[in-house]
Amino acid sequence: MAKEKKKVIKNGREDLTIHFMPYSEIAHEDSVGRIKKILGIVLKNKIVILQGRLRSDEEAKLIENSMMLIGNVPGFAGIEIASLSGENENRSLFEGVRRNIAKILVGEQDAITVIGPASVVKDITKDPKKIELMLSRK
Amino acid sequence: MMIKIVRNFARRIFSGVFKKKGEVKLGFYGSPNAGKTSLANRICQDWLGEDLGSVSKVPHETREIQIKEKVVIERNGRKIEFKLIDTPGIATRIDFEDFMKFGMKKAEAQDRAKEATQGIIDSIKWLDDMDAVVVLIDSTANPYSQVNITILGNLVARNIPVLVVANKIDLKKSDIKKIRGAFPDYEVVGISAKSGENIEEFYEELFKLVKKV
Repeated sequence: MAKEKKKVIKNGREDLTIHFMPYSEIAHEDSVGRIKKILGIVLKNKIVILQGRLRSDEEAKLIENSMMLIGNVPGFAGIEIASLSGENENRSLFEGVRRNIAKILVGEQDAITVIGPASVVKDITKDPKKIELMLSRK
Repeated sequence: MMIKIVRNFARRIFSGVFKKKGEVKLGFYGSPNAGKTSLANRICQDWLGEDLGSVSKVPHETREIQIKEKVVIERNGRKIEFKLIDTPGIATRIDFEDFMKFGMKKAEAQDRAKEATQGIIDSIKWLDDMDAVVVLIDSTANPYSQVNITILGNLVARNIPVLVVANKIDLKKSDIKKIRGAFPDYEVVGISAKSGENIEEFYEELFKLVKKV
């Protein structure tokens, strides 16, 4: 009788890793450094949860750089990204000014951003108060 | 960032001095299938009697920047010459397998994906060259997509006047209140680029937008 080949089955799924990134990890990086750091993690098929959010021009650059990688990195199909911040919340004028000054001085830390590879994160749905991730079954 | 702001400021000052009087470079931005080309076609049909580009239910039909010059729109006796710039839809993901669901063969789908990624890169690069922008949002879809937020954030940072257009109001699922709720700081006009519903209000808002250029 032939010896049965031993198979390692991980329930047919790959492990999922979530990387929590405190704002301090990118605070002193320039835009190129921030994007490089985030994409470096995403390319390892990990989901990044960033404390704070990137500036709009950095988000555009992140999308642009992701597009450049599609077709050049096997299996990479872009990213899914969503940010939650309290921007639309009703607040007093004083509170609004205070938040804007803080944003200029220390960046927008009062937010959370989820960035994941499109091969892992099937979809991100967002409403003003929550983000939901739908993950692909591998 | 500071250099970019100064450069953009200088560019706007110089382009303001030397640009042909009345010509407004109007960009159409948004996610794929929001109706950018449909609206650009509607305007071109109304004022030139011809289309600007082809439309399709398959996402990323527009994969190159399309331009129509000398589009003169007249309203209440006032004429403005526009250069319409229709841009490829901005997305964060492009998977060729998604195109195969529309019946495309693998090679065709891969080519389309490659062109679509380049189109997105071009759209982002062209942001710097606009005098004013119309951001199209599908009023039947969730407006809280990061793409919409990123586009609007970049336009504000560049000080480019923007008009948010909630498209597809002829459809049952359309929810313009949701769009207005998502973007309370912007003027939102609801239209159907396909049927032409509310297009007069769009032209009205477009002329108000041009005053900010």
